[in-house]
Amino acid sequence: MTDILDTPAEPTFRERHASTIRTMRLYARTFRNNGAAMIGLLIIAGFMFLVIFGPSIVPYPEDALGATHIEQKLQPPSADHWFGTDEVGNDVFTRVVIGARVSLQIGLIITGISMLIGVPLGIIAGYVGGWVEESIMRITDIFLSIPGLILAIAIVGVLGPGIGNAMLAISLVWWPGYVRLVQAKTLSLKSAIYVDAARSMGASKMRIVFVHILPNCLSPIIVKVSMDMGMAILYAASLGFLGLGAQPPFPEWGAMISVGRNYLPDWWWYSFFPGLAIFLTVLGFNLLGDGLRDILDPRGRE
Amino acid sequence: MTDAPVLEIRDYRLNFNTFDGVYHALDGVNLAVGKGQSLGIVGETGCGKSVTVRNVLGLLPSPPAEVVSGEILYNGKDMLKVTPAEMQKIRGIEIAMIFQDPMTYLNPVFTIGTQMVDVILAHQKALDKSVRKNKKQARAHAIEMLRKVHLPNPESQIDRYPHELSGGMRQRVLIAMALSGSPKLLIADEPTTALDVTIQAQILDLIAELVEDMGLSVIIITHDLGVVAKVCDNVAVMYAGQVVEYGTIEEVFGKPKHPYTEGLLKSIPHPGKPPEELYGIPGFLPNLLTPPIGCRFQDRCPKAMEICGTPPKNRNNAAHDRTVLCHLYEEGFEDA
Amino acid sequence: MLQMIGKRSILMLGMLLGLLVITFSISHIAPGDPAALAAGPDATQEMIDQVREEYGFDKPLVEQFVIYVGGIFEGDLGRSVYTTRPVAQDLMVYFPATLELVIYSILFAIILGVPMGVISAVKQNGWVDNLVRFVSSSGVGLPMFWLGLMLQLYFGLQLGWFPLGGRLDLMTDPPTTITGMYTIDALLTLKFNVFFEALHHMVLPAIALSFPALASIVRVNRAEMIETLSLDYMTNARAQGISKFRMIAAYALKNAMLPTLAIIGLRFGWMLGGTVLIESVFDWPGVGLYALQAVTASDFEPVMAVTLILGAWFMLTNFLIDIIYGILDPRVRGRA
Repeated sequence: MTDILDTPAEPTFRERHASTIRTMRLYARTFRNNGAAMIGLLIIAGFMFLVIFGPSIVPYPEDALGATHIEQKLQPPSADHWFGTDEVGNDVFTRVVIGARVSLQIGLIITGISMLIGVPLGIIAGYVGGWVEESIMRITDIFLSIPGLILAIAIVGVLGPGIGNAMLAISLVWWPGYVRLVQAKTLSLKSAIYVDAARSMGASKMRIVFVHILPNCLSPIIVKVSMDMGMAILYAASLGFLGLGAQPPFPEWGAMISVGRNYLPDWWWYSFFPGLAIFLTVLGFNLLGDGLRDILDPRGRE
Repeated sequence: MTDAPVLEIRDYRLNFNTFDGVYHALDGVNLAVGKGQSLGIVGETGCGKSVTVRNVLGLLPSPPAEVVSGEILYNGKDMLKVTPAEMQKIRGIEIAMIFQDPMTYLNPVFTIGTQMVDVILAHQKALDKSVRKNKKQARAHAIEMLRKVHLPNPESQIDRYPHELSGGMRQRVLIAMALSGSPKLLIADEPTTALDVTIQAQILDLIAELVEDMGLSVIIITHDLGVVAKVCDNVAVMYAGQVVEYGTIEEVFGKPKHPYTEGLLKSIPHPGKPPEELYGIPGFLPNLLTPPIGCRFQDRCPKAMEICGTPPKNRNNAAHDRTVLCHLYEEGFEDA
Repeated sequence: MLQMIGKRSILMLGMLLGLLVITFSISHIAPGDPAALAAGPDATQEMIDQVREEYGFDKPLVEQFVIYVGGIFEGDLGRSVYTTRPVAQDLMVYFPATLELVIYSILFAIILGVPMGVISAVKQNGWVDNLVRFVSSSGVGLPMFWLGLMLQLYFGLQLGWFPLGGRLDLMTDPPTTITGMYTIDALLTLKFNVFFEALHHMVLPAIALSFPALASIVRVNRAEMIETLSLDYMTNARAQGISKFRMIAAYALKNAMLPTLAIIGLRFGWMLGGTVLIESVFDWPGVGLYALQAVTASDFEPVMAVTLILGAWFMLTNFLIDIIYGILDPRVRGRA
C-alpha cells in the first residue's frame, strides 16, 4: 500500500502544464462548438484574404479608382463581370473587393483613434478617481447620450464631407465607449489583491498601471475591438450612403450604394453587392467578437 | 424499521457527463427514512450527499446528470419515473425542500409575500376544489406560516424584499415557504451552513420544533456532525458517493464500525484536547472520473487489507437497522 | 424611490446643459466665418456684418453661449437658410413624423423581440432557437439602409405589396393635425381609411429601422434568460411547486429584463440615429431628412437643432428607462 506521504516522482511535462493544457483544450472546444463563431472566423479569414491578395487578383484593377469604360456601362452580372458593371463601366466585383481593403483601413483608423483617446482616459478615470474620474465620466456620459450617427453627421456637416472627416467624426463618437469599458475594468482591478500586494511592496503607480492593470484590460478591449471593427465599417458606410463620407469614385461600399441607388431597380446589382459585402463583413466581425467573448469572458461558462 | 419507510433510496447510481469525462458521482446509495423520523446524511464536501437528494424532486439537470440505476421510492412510488404532472402534485405538497444559501434561493425582485403566496396558490391546484384557497386566504396563510417560524412582525415583514432581511430571517422565510403546503417529508440541504453559529442553533431548534409540531419526517444534509447529533434520530455517513455506514445516532456515533466514521469522529476537536493532538484523516478524496475498483476508502484507511481491492458489500445487522460497507465485516456483525 | 427620481432629474438637467455645450462647440468648429455661414451663400458683405451683430458673433464665446441658451429657452433655434423659415417651426412639422416612425419601430422590436428571446431560451437548440440565433446574429450587422432598399425593391416594387415611400399616397390628404402623427390623428378624427393607409406606408420603413434593435433585443434577452434560469432561486421555485409558466414569465423574465432594458435604451439611441438613413431611403419627411438636406446645403442651424432635439429625446428616454429599472429592481431604489 503506497504511503501517501512519500515524495512523488518528478512530474511529467503533461502534469506540470496540466492546467494550461486543459484551459487551451477548453478554449478550442468552446470555440469549435460555437458554430456561429466558426462562421465568423471563416468570414473574416475570407475578408483578410481579399484585403491582402485582392489587388493582385482582381480582374480589372484600374476600375478601382475610376477608369471609365462608358461603352460597358450598367451591364448585368455575367461571366466577365461577376457583379456587373456600374454607370461608368467599372467592374463592380473589382470595386467591391478593393472596397474590402478600404473598409479595413477605415475600421482600423477609427478604432485606433478611439482607443488612443479612450483607453488612457479610462485608466486615468478608474485609477485616479475623485473629481477627475467624475468629470471624465460625466463628459463621456453626455457624449454617449447623443445618438451616434446624428453626432457624426453634425460633425461632418460642419467640417465638410469626405472620408477623412468622416473617420474623424466617427472616432469622436466612438471613444466614450472605450472610456466606460476601461474605467469599469480598472476600478475592479484597482481593488484586486495583487494590486494591493504590488503597492505594498513599493511598486510605482506607472508600474502598476503598465504591468498589472493594462494587461488585464486587454481581453475586454480585444472583444470590443473585434466587434467595433464591424460597427465602425457600418458607420462609415452609412455616412458614405448619405453622401457625407467617402466621395465617389472612391471605392467605399457605402458610397457605392449611394450612387447605385439612382439606378434602382433595373440595375439592381450596383447597390446589391456592396451592401451584401457590408453585411457579411460586419456579421463576420460580430460573430468573431462573440466567440472571443465566450472564451475570454466566461460568464457562467461551466 | 418497523413501519414502511416514507422515503427509501435503493441502489442509486448516478453519473455526470462532464467535459473531462464521466464522473461517477453516486455508486449504490441505500437509505431510508421512517415516518416521523429524522435522518442526517453527513460527509465531506463532494461526497455526493446533496446530489443524492436532489433527484427526489427532480431537480438535477439531466444532461449532464444521468441516472444509471436505482430507485427513489416515496411511499412506494419511484420518484425517478413520475410524470411532470404527478411531480407538480408532490413538490411542496408531499415533499418539501429547503436549501443552503437563503440569499441566492430567494428571488430578489419580488417581495417575500408575493413569493409565498405564489407557492401557496400553486399548491391549491393539487387540492379538491372545495378546499382551495384564494389569494386573500393564501396571504393569511403565509402570515400564519411566518408567525410559526417565529419571524417577528409577519404582517409588515411579508411585504419586504429579500435583501432587506437578515440571513437568519431569510432562512426562516424559506422554511415557512417549504412547510406552507403541509408536506410529509422535509429535505434540508445544508440549512445552517451559510449562517452564523448563534443563528444556526436557533434554526435547528426551529426545525426540531416544527418536526414535532407537524409530525414531519426530515432528512438533513450537512457536513457538521454536531448538527446531526443534535437533531436527528438516524444518520448515514457518506464517502465518495457511497453510504459507508448507517444506523441510529447512538450506535454510529457511539460505536462506529467503519474506519472512515472512526476517523471523522476522531478529528472533531475537543475543548479538552491539546492542539498538538489534532487528528486528520491523511490523503485525498479519490478521483471519481476514474474511481478505484475496490473500496473507495482504501488509500486512506488505516485498517486496509488486501481484500479491499475488491468492492466491499453492504452488511446489515440482524435487526436491519444498521449497515456497514466494509470488508472488516465480511462475516456480518452483531451489535457490540 | 422619489429620492432616486429627484437625483436622476438633476443629473439629466446637467447632461442637457452639457449637450448644449457640445452642440454649441460643434457649430463653432466650422471652418470659416460663422457669420458668413449663417448668412448663407448669397449674402452680401453688408448682410454678413448685420448677421454678425444680430447673432453676436463678435462677442466672446461664453457670452455667445449664454445668448444661445437663452435663445433656446425662448424657442429660437435659429433660421434655416434652405427653407427660410425659423428652425423651430420646421421642427414642429417634421418632428412628429420621426416620432411616429421611431415609436412604432421600437414597440415592434420590443413586442416581437422579448418573447422571441424567452422562447428561444426555454427551448434551446430547437429549430426556433437556431432560427432566432441566426436572425439575431445577422440582424446586428445588417446595414439598415441596405435592408430598406432591398425591402423597397422586393416588397414594394416586385411584389407591389407596400408603397415605396412617403407617409401617405399622393392623393390622400393628411388628417387634421392634432399630434402630427398621422395614425393617431386619423384615429382621433375617425378617418379609419387614412389610419390604415398611414400604417401601410409605415410597414417597410419601420421594419428596416427596427431590425437591428430587434436582433439585439432577442440576443440579449435570450442570453439573460438562459443565465437567469440556471440561478438558485429558480431551483427553489421549482422545488416549491411553482408552475413552469409562472417561473418563466414572471420569476425569470423580470430578472432577465433588467439588462434587456439597458439594451433597449442603447438600441433606441441607434434608432434615433438610423432614422436619418431610413427617412432618406423612404422619403419620410422627418427631422432626419430635414437635417440631411440642411447639411448638403451647408445650412447649420437645422443640423444643430436636430442634434439637440434628438439628443434631448434620447436623454429623456434613458431617464424613463432608469425609472422603470427602479420599479422593476427593488435593490436599486434604496441606493439611487
